[in-house]
Amino acid sequence: MTLLETKGLTASYGDFQALFGVDITVGAGETIAIIGANGAGKTTLMRSISGVLANSAASILYRNEPIGALPAPDILARGIAMVPEGRKLFPSLTVEENLLIGNYGRKVDGPWTLESIFALFPILEERRNNPATALSGGQQQMVAIGRALMSNPEVLLCDEISLGLAPVVVRGIYATFPRIRETGASIVIVEQDIAQALKVADCVYCMMEGRVTLTGRSSDLSRDDIHKAYFGTEHHELA
Amino acid sequence: MNWLDTILQGVLLGGLYALFAAGLSLVFGIMRLVNLAHGDLIVLAAFLILVLVTALGLNPFVAAVIAAPLMFAIGWALQYLLLNRTLGKDILPPLLVTFGLSIVIQNGLLESFSADSRRVFAGSLESASINLGPVNAGIMPLMTFFLAIAVIVCLNQLIYRTSVGRAFRATSDDPVTAGLMGIRPQRIFALATGLAMVVVTIAALYLGTRANFDPTSGPSRLIYAFEAVIIGGLGSLWGTLAGGIILGVAQTIGAAINPEWQILAGHLAFLGVLLFKPRGLFPRAVD
Repeated sequence: MTLLETKGLTASYGDFQALFGVDITVGAGETIAIIGANGAGKTTLMRSISGVLANSAASILYRNEPIGALPAPDILARGIAMVPEGRKLFPSLTVEENLLIGNYGRKVDGPWTLESIFALFPILEERRNNPATALSGGQQQMVAIGRALMSNPEVLLCDEISLGLAPVVVRGIYATFPRIRETGASIVIVEQDIAQALKVADCVYCMMEGRVTLTGRSSDLSRDDIHKAYFGTEHHELA
Repeated sequence: MNWLDTILQGVLLGGLYALFAAGLSLVFGIMRLVNLAHGDLIVLAAFLILVLVTALGLNPFVAAVIAAPLMFAIGWALQYLLLNRTLGKDILPPLLVTFGLSIVIQNGLLESFSADSRRVFAGSLESASINLGPVNAGIMPLMTFFLAIAVIVCLNQLIYRTSVGRAFRATSDDPVTAGLMGIRPQRIFALATGLAMVVVTIAALYLGTRANFDPTSGPSRLIYAFEAVIIGGLGSLWGTLAGGIILGVAQTIGAAINPEWQILAGHLAFLGVLLFKPRGLFPRAVD
């Protein structure tokens, strides 16, 4: 069943058009990855879906309801939560407070509570009273993911969660994704780390210059297909 | 000169200044809005209490209880309908709009109540005092001081112990990301200004019962409120109380040395703190 889809989505920053007719589809319980180089429009797509950027109502559908023109609090209330690029934790709140604020606008019963977030990321329980921004980058990313999960979302948008983190930390964070998927949530991952994205995603969309240049099941895409869609050039092995 | 008495009176006066400043500090702490009409809103609330006392024959404290929700509604609507439109990266629009609002309130009050000085009478409480050993303290100043502490304790509990308080701080940090948490910054700002107006009403009650006021009294109250907030450190409510006390003690010591020096001594204390601690004595850790 299709849960979330964009139809001919366009987005602009003033005179600069960042998205040109983007179509993506997210099924219930599905994990999709959106990959692409810097400036491809991935974050703009996330900002549009999450309501940070306003669009035409019909360009984004959630359970067949047009939501493109809704502001971010209304998007969250419908069950779409976002882990923003750069984590964007609240510096004047502790780790626990950052987690608790995650369900301010959507309080529904579900698998994710403060206790289950601490079970997923045990280090956060030890640091629960620390200012969130005093944590390491990886721990901050755990807080950002936990904060989004606190609203028990049906769709979790993850924007560049590996950005600036050591590979071992990234692997640790991605290792928790199967547990998140078990709850039935759909996940949209925006990534520049293609290998990591292919490991967890059922379906991949590759973007370049505001357009989707490649779509397919992760298992069906060849390295050359992805390289061409990602960089716009043929893939050549270095000698 | 009885120094102990002078200092005690200064501390108690500081309570009144802290009440003037607490609303200003709350609004600035959450939305970085400098409300130049804050003093005039205190005077507006004092006139509202005066009208309730004279027209309905109410006790001033009962009148303040009735005025508080009305002022909350005025503050909420003012922020939601007007001041939210001025917020942004540029600090000039809110300054200009609240400056204009100050003029509108002053002239509206002048038209309605004339330029005469007014006072809210609190009966025998005005002159009642208790003996504290070597000094006497007025009941009203004591009530003002302890109410200032109660207001600051309540605001701190609200800000640091409740879900709404977390939303206040999160919105203050980053309104866009706060929106992703389901927080509506425009409403949070309106709620903060509404609460500030409740504090303003309490300040107005003690302003009206302890001193004369007229439609143009607002700017001088604003100056004291500003000085208390800046001495204490922007955005810190306990700092605001400390700032009010420092200002009050400086004024009473100045007045004790020479009655003409009262106001000057307060301003000198303010400049002294600015000189050595430009961010105030207890600035917020995160700005």
